[in-house]
Amino acid sequence: MTEKTYRDALKEGLREEMLRDERVFIMGEDVGRNWGGAFKVTKGLAEEFGDDRVRDTPISENTIAGAALGAAITGLIPVAEIMFGDLITLAMDQVCNQAAKMRYMFGGQTSVPLVLRSVFGGGKSIASHHSQSLEAWFMHTPGLKIAVPSFAYDVKGLIKTAIRDPDPVMFFEHKLVYDRKEEVPEEEYLIPFGEARVHREGDDVTIWGTFFMVHKAIEAADELAKQGISAEVIDPRTLVPLDKKTLIDSVKKTGRLVLVTEETKTGATTAEIAAIVQEEAFDWLDAPIKRVNAPDTPVPFSPPLEQYFIPDKERIISAVREIV
Amino acid sequence: MAVTKKKLVDLYTRTLKVRLFEEKVWDLFGENLVPGTLHLYLGQEAVAAGVTAALKKSDWVQSTHRGHGHVVAKGADMKAALAELLGKRTGSCKGKGGSMHITEFKAGVLGATGVVASGLPIAAGAALSCQMRGTKEVVACFFGDGASNNGTFGESLNMSAIWKLPVIWIVENNFYAMGTPITLTCPSQSIAQRAEAYCIPGCVVDGNNAVEVYEATLEAVKRAREGGGPSLIECQTYRMRGHSRFDPAKYRPKEEVDFWLSKDAVEIIQSIALEKKALTRKEAKDIRKKLQKEVDSAADFAVKSEYPEPQEALDDVFAEVA
Ligand SMILES: Cc1ncc(C[n+]2csc(CCOP(=O)(O)OP(=O)(O)O)c2C)c(N)n1
Ligand SMILES: [Mg+2]
Repeated sequence: MTEKTYRDALKEGLREEMLRDERVFIMGEDVGRNWGGAFKVTKGLAEEFGDDRVRDTPISENTIAGAALGAAITGLIPVAEIMFGDLITLAMDQVCNQAAKMRYMFGGQTSVPLVLRSVFGGGKSIASHHSQSLEAWFMHTPGLKIAVPSFAYDVKGLIKTAIRDPDPVMFFEHKLVYDRKEEVPEEEYLIPFGEARVHREGDDVTIWGTFFMVHKAIEAADELAKQGISAEVIDPRTLVPLDKKTLIDSVKKTGRLVLVTEETKTGATTAEIAAIVQEEAFDWLDAPIKRVNAPDTPVPFSPPLEQYFIPDKERIISAVREIV
Repeated sequence: MAVTKKKLVDLYTRTLKVRLFEEKVWDLFGENLVPGTLHLYLGQEAVAAGVTAALKKSDWVQSTHRGHGHVVAKGADMKAALAELLGKRTGSCKGKGGSMHITEFKAGVLGATGVVASGLPIAAGAALSCQMRGTKEVVACFFGDGASNNGTFGESLNMSAIWKLPVIWIVENNFYAMGTPITLTCPSQSIAQRAEAYCIPGCVVDGNNAVEVYEATLEAVKRAREGGGPSLIECQTYRMRGHSRFDPAKYRPKEEVDFWLSKDAVEIIQSIALEKKALTRKEAKDIRKKLQKEVDSAADFAVKSEYPEPQEALDDVFAEVA
């Protein structure tokens, strides 16, 4: 085991898959040698694998996604990068109408081994066009798998699984976790989709969250522990497929649930999870399910506004205290 | 066409104003007062100056992520602009937008946008509105070389051409989109030559020469106002700094950087104005002093302004219902 940053673990996963299978290639804006990706994830890969396999594109999001799709159905395995998650909006047709539907609409004739990497989240004061968390839009689109890794160990194992998956995978990262470190094994490993990770075990309340909010939930759980409240923290790691069992089992144990993501509240993934839990574990709930989300506004620029917008440890703790 | 002495002074003043504004932004950034990222306009001042000098106050500009220059040259309040960059309540967008969204509608700015190439359709629509309302106003739409490879470029140029919309497409070709050189993303020698495909006039000008930019824009504005439709003007220019906040721009060859740094937009317009006797050295200096004072006091205002209260995050999602 060695400590690695999320960024390096992700790069290692990409690199291992490119070494293993020469059909794997990367394309996107500034992924190549001059920049190495806006968040430096692909830095060094163009030097190692060449500019053909780590391909800089024009600023053409719809065609980046569409061309990756075209390559995926004809024998390659593209890992396309859209520089910011907000900009997948420019590629919605190719992602949601084409890639997501292709296997089904054509009666199972083709696989779509496509990975589309992008990054969500606020916290950097870069305002409404570069800070959103839009994962629910894709969860609402049948045919897309969605990975949401928040830790170095997970991101490496999941990117390798995503690349080997025969269906389109939306691989979402978070801006604030690239520098976070975690122990990562030396030997090869894959993490199956649909298996949650339990970061803290607890009896009094379940906290389910994604991305940077998992980190905040862990901090909250540690502080709650000092206050005598034992919280279980669950990170789903993939939203599609979703590990319902780990969550439902936990709720059956704790009887209380707090859901926390950075999304704006209305129509967020937390709404879907709350619905699932009340369908499948209503009788075990001892209190209403609490949702901790951002308010229904665009992401504001100014630091005091953005801090208000993004949920934090204190908001998680007070949501827990309201029901425990 | 001879540019009047008065216009030369105007061009000098606009170019220098943008320069001093951006230098102040850079200082404030160095003092850690500017949150988030920054796309400085340093180096490209002559484009904003030349274009806006050919417009009337009632005309419109559509800006980009590199928008400070467009907004300041169009006549936005520098106090509100700097306050916005600092995230203050007195900012033109009340601290909601910041650098990438710096905008002042009452100065005729339709918006600065963080989504590359998203301004083109909006500019087409604003031009359609000018045409339908019969206002004789025109729209100048700024975008980068990188933006010209987005689908909105083709769609917007085409729509503007078929409807003869009063819009001037200003592509600021600084030869890079972040670290990607234009040679990797554009097969033709110029972006302007794409105009031919849409049957509209296209030309290339030295974007560091405010007079050249002004003259080309003036002609396009005249055509647009008279119902002759859109034009595409490619202004070739260069960023003095990196793409954004911390980019050291190591991917640009030194000879190329030196060449462009020797073509300083302020020096060029100043020497033209002096040569044509539009200005004396003393007058040039006095203008600089006056502008510097304006910029300094705008910065002072911005620094002293209050941050918004956190709950102000909830304002302005919808109109207030009376
Ligand atoms: C649609 C979109 N794609 C990508 C980005 C990320 N990005 C911001 S600026 C930029 C480069 C833009 O290049 P250009 O249009 O030439 O303008 P310049 O920065 O050179 O002024 C990129 C890729 C974005 N903001 N929007
Ligand atoms: Mg450019």
